[in-house]
Amino acid sequence: MRVIEPLIELARGLGTTFKMMLEKPVTVQYPEQKKPVKPRFRGRHVLKRYDNGLEKCIGCALCAAACPADAIFVESAENTDDARFSPGDRYASTYEINMLRCIYCGFCEDACPTEAIVLGDNYELSFTNRRDAIYPKNMLIEPAPAGTLPTPQKVQPGIYTRSVPEMKDPQD
Amino acid sequence: MDFTLILEWIIKGFVLTLILLGGFTYLTLYERRALARIQSRIGPNRAGPFGILQPIADAVKLIFKEELTPALADKLLFLLAPVLTVVPAIVITAVVPWGKQPFNLFGRTITPYIADINVGVLYIMSIASIAVYGIVLAGWSSNNKYSMMGGLRSTAQMISYELTLGLSFVSAILLANSMRMLDIVEAQKNLWFVILQPAGTLIFLIATLAEVNRAPFDMPEAEQELTAGYHTEYSGMKFALLFMAEYTKMIAISAIGATLFFGGYREFWFLSNTIFSIDQTPWLGPVYIFIKIIILLFGMIWVRATYPRIRYDRLMAFGWKLLLPISLTLVFITALGIILAEKINANFMWGIPVLSILVGLFAVGMVDSVLRRKDNARH
Repeated sequence: MRVIEPLIELARGLGTTFKMMLEKPVTVQYPEQKKPVKPRFRGRHVLKRYDNGLEKCIGCALCAAACPADAIFVESAENTDDARFSPGDRYASTYEINMLRCIYCGFCEDACPTEAIVLGDNYELSFTNRRDAIYPKNMLIEPAPAGTLPTPQKVQPGIYTRSVPEMKDPQD
Repeated sequence: MDFTLILEWIIKGFVLTLILLGGFTYLTLYERRALARIQSRIGPNRAGPFGILQPIADAVKLIFKEELTPALADKLLFLLAPVLTVVPAIVITAVVPWGKQPFNLFGRTITPYIADINVGVLYIMSIASIAVYGIVLAGWSSNNKYSMMGGLRSTAQMISYELTLGLSFVSAILLANSMRMLDIVEAQKNLWFVILQPAGTLIFLIATLAEVNRAPFDMPEAEQELTAGYHTEYSGMKFALLFMAEYTKMIAISAIGATLFFGGYREFWFLSNTIFSIDQTPWLGPVYIFIKIIILLFGMIWVRATYPRIRYDRLMAFGWKLLLPISLTLVFITALGIILAEKINANFMWGIPVLSILVGLFAVGMVDSVLRRKDNARH
């Protein structure tokens, strides 16, 4: 007849829970502490700029074509040397992403010929109505680097004629 | 009996009710924080420092929630059931003494307990039995199968375990030779009854878990099988009342347990004959019983965090086939020990704990072998 063993088993159960109580909680106090995201995390989109402040996006709408959720809407317009947004002929005059439709697959990133659209590390997307879920271009584009002019820039004619000034090897 | 005496009772009752309700709100916070720590979490810590405003936030939320009454429910009983559950849970603490010496306030001598009934333990038993009505009526009046089943389970469970609870009270009554709560506490001046009757105390603690429907005996609200049991159809403040009853009962039963087996308002054994003794500083009485209640409540939370819910048929078998015979045996052993100690030698008193523990261990061994036999038969 086992007499002590069952009691020891019960007591060991209690001991385990009590030991857990002395351990450090694993909770992350979210708004104050944030865990860094993984390098290939796909968060909110960012429209990139060149070092001189010109936008990389040329308004080709390949991202919109690649988008499986049909979340991207692009309208393009002509650049002039007096009001230049991006190198080459055209730029995106309207660029909207519907964050409720987006599935964060990253196909837009792959489709982009100028590496203009990149999925960033921002995951704090919250909105209180569907209209706010559509992010326009001014929310997506990153600010102009320090020391450069915001777009549209007035530039000397004949410099920015190619839409893809220097194509590096695709990364990632 | 003059008017001021009645006024004194009303004020004391009011204060006690407020203490219990405040205790209930903070017990929910205490339980959530303790459970969270056991599960490697932090628990509610946003509302106020350390989350101390969380109960208030919960209360505000519950007050403003929509109250639903099922269309085919018995309206009157549906409304009455939560009240019937709360009132006994609060009333039961009336006989618990919070201190010994009466103190003077506004020229009146005030005793630190509401009622000094000479059958205090019987009063507790009878009020504890009334509490089952509220739960049964809540389950029945909801007109919902799961609620009904929860209510029925609760009746069966509470009635079964009340016998055990009553018999474990009997050990304390016999040891103290009185049913008066004050006498029971004073009888533990030198030795707590938990030392004289350890097995009885353990059975009392187990039976209280079943009596207040706490895990691992929370059959009436087994959410996996019965959605939420008897309070499935309750929402808003009515739900809060049922919830309040459950937690107030936890406090009340811990207070009773502390009084019967853990020396009540008396000091801890290592503090006797010092300045911290009740006889020298009477106002420490409520502090001591408060500490004891907190420790017993932690035990309840701890057990909830550790053990899974036991099956319903095993619950009934455990109550009727194991706890009831053991507690009867323990009453017999206690009575025998007292008689022998009186007639022959005072040292026979120590036969009570020794024999009780032996009986308890024998029962554990029997249960274990039966369960193992069943387990082997299944394979």
